[in-house]
Amino acid sequence: MLPDGKNTVDVEIDPGRCQGHGRCYDLVPELFGEDEEGYGRVLSGGPVPPDQEAGARRAVLNCPERAIATQP
Amino acid sequence: MAADPRFIRDFREAPDERPFGTRSEIITGPVSDWASDFSHTEPEWSADPYPIMDDLRERCPIARTERFGGGWLPTRFEDVAAIAYDTERFSSRAIIMSNFRPPRELAPVGGSPPISSDPPFHRDARKLLLPAFTKAAVSRQEPATRAFCHALIDDFAGQTVVDAAQDYAQHIPMRVIAAMLGFPPEDGPRFREFVENTLEGVNLPPEERMARMSALFDYLLDQIHDHLDHPRDDLTSFLVNAELYGHKLDAGHVAGTMALLLIAGIDTTWSAIGSSLWHLARTPADRERLVADPGLMRTAIEEFLRAYAPVTMARLVKQDMRWRGADMRADDWILLSFPAANRDPAQFDRADEVVIDREVNRHAAFGLGIHRCVGSHLARMELRVALEVWLERVPEFTLADPVAVTWSAGQIRGPRTLPLRIG
Repeated sequence: MLPDGKNTVDVEIDPGRCQGHGRCYDLVPELFGEDEEGYGRVLSGGPVPPDQEAGARRAVLNCPERAIATQP
Repeated sequence: MAADPRFIRDFREAPDERPFGTRSEIITGPVSDWASDFSHTEPEWSADPYPIMDDLRERCPIARTERFGGGWLPTRFEDVAAIAYDTERFSSRAIIMSNFRPPRELAPVGGSPPISSDPPFHRDARKLLLPAFTKAAVSRQEPATRAFCHALIDDFAGQTVVDAAQDYAQHIPMRVIAAMLGFPPEDGPRFREFVENTLEGVNLPPEERMARMSALFDYLLDQIHDHLDHPRDDLTSFLVNAELYGHKLDAGHVAGTMALLLIAGIDTTWSAIGSSLWHLARTPADRERLVADPGLMRTAIEEFLRAYAPVTMARLVKQDMRWRGADMRADDWILLSFPAANRDPAQFDRADEVVIDREVNRHAAFGLGIHRCVGSHLARMELRVALEVWLERVPEFTLADPVAVTWSAGQIRGPRTLPLRIG
């Protein structure tokens, strides 16, 4: 559990910024996938367990469009 | 079957009321000062553009030229990104900086949609292509690509020195894109001519340039007719049948997109494979590390793409304006150098070093914004498979003759002669 009582981290892809580079689903396929046009999506729909936060951060740091954000 | 009326006549001979574009004086020869007279077509730039980019980034950072009728070369990541994102002020109606500017009326479609298209048309033309180029879709080409790479290396038997650019790298994207478009695999050598004419012939006399482009479109028209007679499951039949706004695509759109896929799919990936092998041939520590730990391949590939980004695009300024200190005029070129952006120390730690396990790598090798390379997943697959097979089959290799290495001229940069000692 995180200090505020939540046990997940929210991961979001901004569809207005995502251009389908696919760095997220290349690097962290356990958290991210592609839709039918190649745009990134969070497989869980948003919440990921804290032990996978490192993977989410890795995607954030490699997205060329800065389209991914995490929020505890 | 009934002939498709779109392709009965050569679409280029259709009644055409479009105005002609404008031509500028062809200026070649040594550059006097890279800050005020740059040229990406001179041998000094082809041989090693990075010190020039670094110098310009420190002292300009947006260089100017009067060549090609006038243009600008931004060298900072943030300037390249800002222009890539600003489709309101910078048009893609021409993306090869040459001495010819197509008429403004060509926008927003351009000659080879969607790369030459501006909003709002761009989005719809691009949307047509996206499903065929997802990571999942291109992965279907992987087994054949891998088998083909092995066959190319089988042909090295008995040789101690091979040309990795001509005997390996160039054939891989040619074969893959020919398969996707449904063109005969043995036509590869012709594709090479088309590529060189389009991308390296920018300073040829206009008549010669047009004659050479005609050869490409004659070839594409032959392929279209063959697909009309014998429809099959490939990109050419897909484009011939595709619809936009309730109508089938016009003939120019079909052929223009085919030209784009053929040209953009070959030179670029050929260059990326060649540059990566060139780096590994002259950097034994990286080569040995990658052979010992293939798990590094994913970050290594992104680093090769960053450090040796093969593709530079161009834009045209839409209206006179002062932009970040530069007095830009309508129809000035912007040489949109993703390679220069990728070497900016303000964006990347150790920007001038190749770090094959780089953890943070927001490179712009495939562009930024709405024109992100539609074939990026295909290019990555080809680059990864080409390097995996090479390193598996030829784990030890060196540059046979460093001064014999030659590089392509113009907006796509990669080795065109790359003699490697493999035994």
